[in-house]
Amino acid sequence: MNFPNAQATVYNDKVVRQFAIMTVVWGVVGMLVGVIIAAQLTWPELNFGIPWLSYGRLRPLHTNAVIFAFGGCGLFATSYYVVQRTCHVRIFNDKLAAFTFWGWQAVIVAAAISLPLGYTQGKEYAELEWPIDILITLVWVAYAVVFFGTVGTRKVRHIYVANWFFGSFILAVALLHLVNSAAIPAGFMKSYSAYAGVQDAMVQWWYGHNAVGFFLTAGFLGMMYYFIPKQAERPVYSYRLSIVHFWALIFTYMWAGPHHLHYTALPDWTQSVGMVFSLILLAPSWGGMINGIMTLSGAWHKLRDDPILRFLIVSLSFYGMSTFEGPMMSIKTVNALSHYTDWTVGHVHSGALGWVGLVTMGSMYYLIPRLFGQKQMYSVKAVEVHFWAATVGIVIYIAAMWIAGVMQGLMWRAINADGTLTYTFVESVKATFPFYALRLLGGLLYLGGMVIMLWNVLKTATAGRSVSVTIAAPAHA
Amino acid sequence: MDILYLLIPLSVILVFLILGGLWWAVHRGQFEDLEVQGQRVLKDD
Repeated sequence: MNFPNAQATVYNDKVVRQFAIMTVVWGVVGMLVGVIIAAQLTWPELNFGIPWLSYGRLRPLHTNAVIFAFGGCGLFATSYYVVQRTCHVRIFNDKLAAFTFWGWQAVIVAAAISLPLGYTQGKEYAELEWPIDILITLVWVAYAVVFFGTVGTRKVRHIYVANWFFGSFILAVALLHLVNSAAIPAGFMKSYSAYAGVQDAMVQWWYGHNAVGFFLTAGFLGMMYYFIPKQAERPVYSYRLSIVHFWALIFTYMWAGPHHLHYTALPDWTQSVGMVFSLILLAPSWGGMINGIMTLSGAWHKLRDDPILRFLIVSLSFYGMSTFEGPMMSIKTVNALSHYTDWTVGHVHSGALGWVGLVTMGSMYYLIPRLFGQKQMYSVKAVEVHFWAATVGIVIYIAAMWIAGVMQGLMWRAINADGTLTYTFVESVKATFPFYALRLLGGLLYLGGMVIMLWNVLKTATAGRSVSVTIAAPAHA
Repeated sequence: MDILYLLIPLSVILVFLILGGLWWAVHRGQFEDLEVQGQRVLKDD
């Protein structure tokens, strides 16, 4: 067969530019909604009695915006960039790639309208109603065709490790979305899940945790394995280990989900399976984390004056922290303390703000000047300020949630000599107040950094122009 | 737990697909001369 784009001489960076800009825009929006709901948890009257602004509707808007809008656009942008560069070929099909951009933006806008209006399937991280689910499926199939088509028409034999991570993320998310979102429509924007009771819970967390594993981990590891070597100008510490990291991670990930259902109606042995698989995951996760950080071995001085590299390397240290914390929290006895407390919220945010957020920001700071024909960002100083605002914000956020979570867990389980509960629930809520205020401060710092990034990106984009980059001939090393 | 009759076979099929992917990669020589492949990404653009 003859594919027209296989003979093209320049990369398709238009779709990369579009996704990159929207990554930053949706980042500001999603994090702003996060700050608003953090403020509502501190001062509940901030919902002003308006149903559309109530916590229950804004919370899924926040999670969908940061995961699928900010994170999703970041993954589209970087995977399209990386697959073209490492395969030495233009993207497989320009029209389909454009469809993934506009289709994905339509999904995001539909989410931003339907969630505050109260339309939801009630499944965490899969709230969107069935018509939007169908649009997601169409966009995702197009994404898979574009990505694997590009890999299939590559000009070099070897498939770079980042593409394996991106590819597995695309396939796994397709499977997870199809199984978990199976529902019987009962009118426009109303449906019932195909599963019931504990069956539904099991499918939901099989989806939920694998979404963490493949959307928020594998995809962003693809980013990490390309942009850290590029920014550090050094090859991955051990390319061999990166291959082992990939296969070990995807072979062991699928069954960690039941740890979300400890001490529920789920059979005990299923809970234990979930716990064991979660513990096993520590090994590939830390292998990858060490591999990424050690890429700087012999060039540690670069961290001193390169804020972009600092974003990327610190993101890995948060990846290491949260992939240690996660398996620990999946141990049933630890979970008995941590479950349903704000410790879980802190854990998620150490992964989301620390790992996913920082690695995406670092990659965008690498990408955006190049996409607009510039040598570097408009203000390197602003990148520096962003780094510190984000890092300090994360530390405040997760420290506040650790203390709040452990305190809540201990208060809820405290029992008097006569067997009655020592504290009422509302007493634990009251005791959490100062930590909610601190969390809001951490979130504001993180959002502030993101606003600086948006300004810096717009300045860089308007100072530069859209450039066409000639496809490099494969180096024969 | 009827759902396990769906999820466990799905996982088994998936493991075989992943094994197939690994087998393909090994036999197509994807993992030969790995150090060179790690270096090459730096010379791409």
